[in-house]
Amino acid sequence: MKLDLAIEELHRSENHLAGALLAMSDRHKVDHEVFHVARDIARWSQDHVQALARIGGDFGLELDPEPKGDPTVLEKARQRASDLMGRSSAPGMLLLADLRHIYREASGTSLDWELLAQGAQGARKKELLALAERCHPETLRQVRWANGKLKESATQVLVS
Amino acid sequence: MPRIDRIAEPWGTRTPYGPGETWPTRVDAYLADGLTQDDVDRWVQSATILHSNGDGLDIAVKDERIVGVRGRAVDRVNHGRLGPKDLFGWQANNSPDRLTRPLIRRDGELVETDWDTAMAAVTGRAQELLDEQGPSAISFYTTGQLFLEEYYTLGLIAHGGIGTNHVDGNTRLCTATAAAALKESFASDGQPGSYTDIDHADVIVLYGHNMAETQTVLWTRILDRLAGPTPPQVICVDPRETPVARHATLHLAPRPGTNVMLMNALLHEIIANGWVDSGYVEAHAVGYAGLAKRVRDYPPELAAQVCDVPAEQIREAARIIGQAERLLSSVLQGFYQANQATAAAVQVNNVHIVRGMLGKPGCGILQMNGQPTAQNTRECGADGDLPAFRNWANDEHVQDLARVWNVDPMDIPHYSPPTHAMQMFRYAEEGSIRFMWVQATNPAVSLPELGRIREVLTQDRLFLVVQDIFLSETAQLADVVLPAATWGEKTGTFTNVDRTVHLSEKAVEPPGEARPDLDIFLDFAHRMGLQDKDGAPLVKWSTPEGAFEGWKECTRGRPCDYTGLSYDKLRGGSGIQWPCNEENPDGTERIYVDGRFWSDPSYCESYGRDLVTGAPLSPVEDKAMNPSGKAVLKAAEYHPPHELPSQEFPFQLITGRTLYHFHTRTKTARAPQLQKAAPEVWVEMAASDAADRGFSEGDLLEVGTPRGRVEGKLRISGIRPGVVFLPFHYGYWDEPEGHEPSGTRGRAANELTITDWDPASKQPIFKTAAAAVRRLEEGSGPSLAPTTTASRPVVDGVPPTFGGQAALSTEEPANMPGGAR
Repeated sequence: MKLDLAIEELHRSENHLAGALLAMSDRHKVDHEVFHVARDIARWSQDHVQALARIGGDFGLELDPEPKGDPTVLEKARQRASDLMGRSSAPGMLLLADLRHIYREASGTSLDWELLAQGAQGARKKELLALAERCHPETLRQVRWANGKLKESATQVLVS
Repeated sequence: MPRIDRIAEPWGTRTPYGPGETWPTRVDAYLADGLTQDDVDRWVQSATILHSNGDGLDIAVKDERIVGVRGRAVDRVNHGRLGPKDLFGWQANNSPDRLTRPLIRRDGELVETDWDTAMAAVTGRAQELLDEQGPSAISFYTTGQLFLEEYYTLGLIAHGGIGTNHVDGNTRLCTATAAAALKESFASDGQPGSYTDIDHADVIVLYGHNMAETQTVLWTRILDRLAGPTPPQVICVDPRETPVARHATLHLAPRPGTNVMLMNALLHEIIANGWVDSGYVEAHAVGYAGLAKRVRDYPPELAAQVCDVPAEQIREAARIIGQAERLLSSVLQGFYQANQATAAAVQVNNVHIVRGMLGKPGCGILQMNGQPTAQNTRECGADGDLPAFRNWANDEHVQDLARVWNVDPMDIPHYSPPTHAMQMFRYAEEGSIRFMWVQATNPAVSLPELGRIREVLTQDRLFLVVQDIFLSETAQLADVVLPAATWGEKTGTFTNVDRTVHLSEKAVEPPGEARPDLDIFLDFAHRMGLQDKDGAPLVKWSTPEGAFEGWKECTRGRPCDYTGLSYDKLRGGSGIQWPCNEENPDGTERIYVDGRFWSDPSYCESYGRDLVTGAPLSPVEDKAMNPSGKAVLKAAEYHPPHELPSQEFPFQLITGRTLYHFHTRTKTARAPQLQKAAPEVWVEMAASDAADRGFSEGDLLEVGTPRGRVEGKLRISGIRPGVVFLPFHYGYWDEPEGHEPSGTRGRAANELTITDWDPASKQPIFKTAAAAVRRLEEGSGPSLAPTTTASRPVVDGVPPTFGGQAALSTEEPANMPGGAR
């Protein structure tokens, strides 16, 4: 059985996604909705990391339950840089690139949840399946957010 | 005729009535010094414009000047009553400092000019930017105070003519969440309730809605029910001890920013106790299982901790709501301007859907507005929607609109939802919006984080046009100022919260060269040479009535169907509620009767959004979820506010209105009775918080947040501990600097507020910022905050607010003049 590998991979990708959302949030502090929503939904990934670490124990894994944080100094530096660039339109392209990145990362994570759910179903691991059913919709909401925000932001950036 | 000081008695004398009875008539009037109704040359039909209630009134004219007002006895909304702002606010029309000539900036100074020069500058810059960058450079920031005809014309010019997606109103600050919540639950805007539901309800719940101060006449209706036989039970949800709270059967005062937690717990109790109309839900709603699952995790004990409201109170509220037979709910800024605004307001809709309490007498939802014509901003496509509740994401709707306008569908931007106000200011900040035309609103005082807003508006690269009746703080920053006519000086229609359309006729000429807003828009369209696809002028009308006829065609078959209305039909009698068409020639008192909604995917205005991320749902997702046009039950998990109290900023700051002022006081401060009732900014704190710090009533305090500092005198009130309140009306136009603080501390509450908004409705958050408070000086006397309202003092020795001789107004009981002319 390779469920442990799937859990480990998901733990890694959720950790990565949380970090990517937080870093993106800091880079776009002057785009207030992006700044706040990216932080709000990074919490979902952090929560998934903890849950995966917990259930990983049942599969002989020792995963770090503490989601990888962002060093505060770096965080502040990114926010400061964003403030300084607030009057420039250049960050618009960076925003599109970041949203594209989040979309791909979250989509990958979503596929990982699908894999895990399929495996859990086949192996009749009820608790694992329940976890996937709880978490996967949140990943899909992250995907939809990145997609919707990209659509909404693209025109002004590209035509102005 | 009885006379009464309506500053001291804002709601006037009681006329009690019982359930199912007709609200008695009481005609309120105020005429300028010494005049009697016999002195009046003529009465001109209109409705009130300093709040959203839409009370019918007649304007008194003598010697071609407005000299007073009188409520219309025949009107379905107010049965003759008027509020203090209506009785006295009209005096601002006659103010000597009205703008009477266009202004243009020359060598850094605003100087008087003629219309031709001013409009040439406006169209010249617009054309230059269209050539250089295209429509993405152009934006319009409008209001909730123009007339329907003006919004529709503006929407046509901006969306169909200029082709910009950047059109929104200050309604984003007051009513965006009302619209968003209705779109989430019913897939379309449109108010399910009717004001007459007050006559029938046995339970009335006011969520974050200080109705006593925001809609005084509507509150008078509730007071009269409370004074009559078999009164309704009233539940108030508000962190302040408002007049509503004082009359409530039950008052819940949650910690700011926790509304979703509270609402999820209420729904938890309602569902857990089986107070659900299963038949109704089965037949008319989707999403029940998801709602039940979501709220299962929110027991009252959890909410009690987060909201700091006793679990027993939450249970009691759920019991009263759960056992109500005729439930009326109203919602306003305490929910709309707070954390998770749409998710909280949607839960109120959910209560009504699960209880099957819609479309029947006494069973209504009033997702309220703040401004008089906000509903029209929403309907006409001047606020980030397409006209007549068309769906920007539905290609057929866009094609249909293009047919009405005779333009190519590609000319109407619909690649994304129309740009919301906060995003427009962001685009102006980063430099991609370079032309902003502001009408009848004052962002330099009303938007959050004023230091930032002033920086945005004063950029050289932004061409700012301001159309207003006074030289507001924002107008002082403009490149061109266009003097406008106001209510009483132009004709048009507007629609209130419960879909009642009123005609407001021109009573007098505007001062000097001031022009009706409609005429200014028409002049702009003409000068820009805007055409339809056949080369004919894009705007096909030249009068308000012509615009209204054009609008009627645009609404044909849509939820807000106006085709059965006309100026003639609106003249003489009362207001009429839309939809008004061939099937409903006298209008429609209640929509959603028998569980019929406008949510069919091919018809609906919106496919909905994610309540937490704000991401729009796709047509495919919507069809899969709600294929057969039912109501939608959805709920969100609780997220805490983004700025929480800390050691440095231990208080939660909320801002709001007072009864005597409107917006940034441009009109109400020019009405002596209103200005005297609430002459200066104040800071409200709880007695325990003041005692902890040794503060006394009247001490001069500084309130600070990471964004700025404000000073004001302390009023110790019944507000919940840990919360500080500031009224948002006070800016700088009557201060030395004119548009900004003269020192390091200002008096505009928005110096302090945070730039953050609800991702679903895009409404800014004014009700949750972390703040610090310190004393600057000990006081020499009490604060001048009103004593009649939520700012009522809890300590002795504060003289009561009164208006005296100058505020004496008449009150006539039933069956007296005041009806049709």
